Amino acid sequence: MKKENTVIVVLAVLAAVIAATWLSLVAPAMTGNEVNMTRGVTSLSASHYDLHMIVLWVCVIIGIGVFTAMFTSIVLHRKSRGHKAATFSHSTLAEIIWTVIPVLILVAMAVPATKALIKMEDSSGAEMTVKITAFQWRWKYEYLDHDISFISALDSASNAARQLNSGIDPANVENYLLDVDHPLVLPVGKKIKFLITADDVIHSWWVPALGWKRDAIPGFINEAWTNIEKPGTYRGQCAELCGKDHGFMPIVVVALPQAEFDAWTRKQLADSQDQQQDVERLWTQQELMQHGESVYANACASCHQSEGQGLTPAFPALAGSQVATGPIDAHIDIVMNGRAGTAMSAWREQLSDTDIAAALTYTRNAFGNDTGDVVQPFTIAGIKRQAGKRQTTEQETAP
Amino acid sequence: MSSDITHTDPGHAVDVHDDHDHKPKGFLNRWLFTTNHKDIGTLYLILSLTAFMVGGFMAMIIRAELFMPGLQLVEPDFFNQMTTMHALVMVFGAVMPAWVGFANWLVPMMVGAPDMALPRMNNWSFWILPFAFTMLLSTLFMDSGGPAAGWTLYPPLVLQTGTSLAFVVFAIHMMGISSIMGSINIIATILNMRAPGMTLLRMPMFVWTWLITAFLLIAVMPVLAGAVTMLLTDHFFSTNFFNAAGGGDPVMFQHIFWFFGHPEVYILILPAFGVISEILPTFSRKPLFGYGSMVYATGTIAFLSFIVWAHHMFTVGMPLQGELFFMYATMLISVPTGVKVFNWVSTMWQGSMTFETPMLFAIGFVVLFTIGGFSGLMLAITAADFQYHDTYFVVAHFHYVLVPGAIFALMAATYYWLPKFSGNMYSERWGKIHFWLSTIFVNVLFFPQHYLGLAGMPRRIPDYSPQFADFNMISSIGGFAFGATQLIFVGVILHCIFRSKVKATGQVWEGARGLEWTLSSPPPYHSFTTPPEVTHNMVRHAE
Repeated sequence: MKKENTVIVVLAVLAAVIAATWLSLVAPAMTGNEVNMTRGVTSLSASHYDLHMIVLWVCVIIGIGVFTAMFTSIVLHRKSRGHKAATFSHSTLAEIIWTVIPVLILVAMAVPATKALIKMEDSSGAEMTVKITAFQWRWKYEYLDHDISFISALDSASNAARQLNSGIDPANVENYLLDVDHPLVLPVGKKIKFLITADDVIHSWWVPALGWKRDAIPGFINEAWTNIEKPGTYRGQCAELCGKDHGFMPIVVVALPQAEFDAWTRKQLADSQDQQQDVERLWTQQELMQHGESVYANACASCHQSEGQGLTPAFPALAGSQVATGPIDAHIDIVMNGRAGTAMSAWREQLSDTDIAAALTYTRNAFGNDTGDVVQPFTIAGIKRQAGKRQTTEQETAP
Repeated sequence: MSSDITHTDPGHAVDVHDDHDHKPKGFLNRWLFTTNHKDIGTLYLILSLTAFMVGGFMAMIIRAELFMPGLQLVEPDFFNQMTTMHALVMVFGAVMPAWVGFANWLVPMMVGAPDMALPRMNNWSFWILPFAFTMLLSTLFMDSGGPAAGWTLYPPLVLQTGTSLAFVVFAIHMMGISSIMGSINIIATILNMRAPGMTLLRMPMFVWTWLITAFLLIAVMPVLAGAVTMLLTDHFFSTNFFNAAGGGDPVMFQHIFWFFGHPEVYILILPAFGVISEILPTFSRKPLFGYGSMVYATGTIAFLSFIVWAHHMFTVGMPLQGELFFMYATMLISVPTGVKVFNWVSTMWQGSMTFETPMLFAIGFVVLFTIGGFSGLMLAITAADFQYHDTYFVVAHFHYVLVPGAIFALMAATYYWLPKFSGNMYSERWGKIHFWLSTIFVNVLFFPQHYLGLAGMPRRIPDYSPQFADFNMISSIGGFAFGATQLIFVGVILHCIFRSKVKATGQVWEGARGLEWTLSSPPPYHSFTTPPEVTHNMVRHAE
């Protein structure tokens, strides 16, 4: 074969390989879909994006080289063109070269990768702390410096649309599966430390715009940090399989300028005082039923189903169940403390006293249960206080 | 070494007495009680193809539910059962038994032995598998449903499985026992039963990669058995190995599981490296480039596979030093893997290539496996992995190394050796159609999943935000087409065995070298009853 031909073939194959790379990496973005990692809104997310792009381009360049050589060979060195096989079977020099050069590339890549990792793992100097506790299938946020805490779960519009054959087109639901009832509100320009743990199984807290995810593990408290540079709403999801509703526990972070954040915290504190008064007053059965219906829909219906019919085999029916129509103390105990070895979780920390009382009243009277029982919010508060006291006494009397 | 068999008669190096091959009479005697390595190999391959179809059917359910946003077909819990079972069936039922099947057929013929070293154990290794899989699949029909916590079986979630967990655990025990016995058999055969002159460094690459794989299996299957046994006692006997409230450690399970799990992925792929190293030289009509470095690279990969496990769990909250160690060790794996790819390209370079179906699948393997390797290198970068982890980017990565990786290598091996096994040629036309459709649709299926993961779609979710709709639909269409294409594969195999009129020669392929090609096609029921004398021009790599 003449030398000119070889050069032409190499160039043609190179062009084809580059075209294929372009088609697979760049062209899909022109459909208007997001196809690449977000640059995010924190210094961590930006450095992770940069790392991602560096390694991607290193891979692309090596790939273009290897595939060009390979397809050039496929074009030129074929029997049908009368090419005679060479007989060489090794070359120590070549093998040393393609061992050493990759090692050098890896060392070069390891430098920025190490720096980024060290930065991510340094949560010192945080100005505020948020504790995140994951439950099946919602998040609890506690602002340790502000005495604010609340539960964040999938919003009701998404929740209705995501039921099997709901007949609701997800395209018509705003932020389908990526919206919550109570977003996590954070200030911008502040180093915020997160303490992340879980109550039941392993979850993973992930907002791509912040640049990382971190597993929430029962019995462990993991640390992470962020410093959001731009106000905005950032959405994410649980990233670790955590049971049947793993796909339905989104995360929404609303980043506000400091002044607006301060206003938000004041409002939260005022609201929680109102809630405290709610707990202390006497509720009518109708009020509790009304509130209980919405609590049931958000917290209970995903397992026990909207009409209390349950979902065999794991999730028992409440309609006519021995628990919901039986002794009231046992019912309260199961709802508050969960049932070990099943998916029934302990709701004492996940719902307010009012919510628990309303849900109990609702399930004891809805679905034809008609027990006529009413559970007052202050009853639940009292039980919690009692349990708290018992715990303290036990600690004090312990040797 | 006991390979120094002295009863060598160079004049009768090739046993061709296939006219009176003493096959056992009767169906049960032939298949249930068989101790013949070829029959057992066939049984393994039939089991594997069946599991491939069952696991593939589960994948179709998954892709059908993910075809568009909203839940249309299955409840989330059943979806999770499907992802879990799809993985368990494909890993333990399709890919592993397929490699053991090829090892059974080929290792004795390649090293010039009459059969496997331990033929009765060989029978048992196979026959516990159908029972193990029946037990595993039966959980889908139980009241408590099948396992739904992912094939990684992470506690505490997996402990919420009902009583069916016990069946899953015992099924895994049985598969592990089968794998360990199979591995012992392969090691014993390779180390003790090589024909005179078949020195270790003359062995075909497939034998080398399987020797190393067998050691990996023996090292890690007991680890998995221990891990799942602890799940069993935590669930049924109130122990607290993984229960934080009882003083246990849920993360410990992940460390133990991945100490098994990472070598496991090399168990799936190392024999594939061996197959590709057999096929490329044959159709390039040129010796394998860098045989020695191929052997050492395989050994290096096997060693490294034991010290990188925690890269599957970077986000659990390891100390910085731990993350750095596992990042560096993982990056290092790309060096020996790169050596392999460069050597394969160099094998093709200046060859005299033809492109029969096995060659096409082998080339498809090299290209697409390399893409999977690149995304693997990206995943190794720990800080970036805090974005990639548990997204569809990871799903795309491991499907690239397992489907156009391990599965393509299995298909290449099938087309390459089926004429030898059956004595008939397969339909080259339909083989090529199978290749091109598979290659196109496997990319339509898995390439868009890279975009989905980078754009933020977590894995193992039955429903998703409409922003992910386009690429999920493309991926599903690719999935259905890829699944349907595999029916062609089954058709080609059945046609080749039962209907093909074209007889294969003993050599089959013009460029084929190695002992198995010196036998007739199909080989006699008992091959190499007299050990052949192996000289250096009978092996494919020049020394």
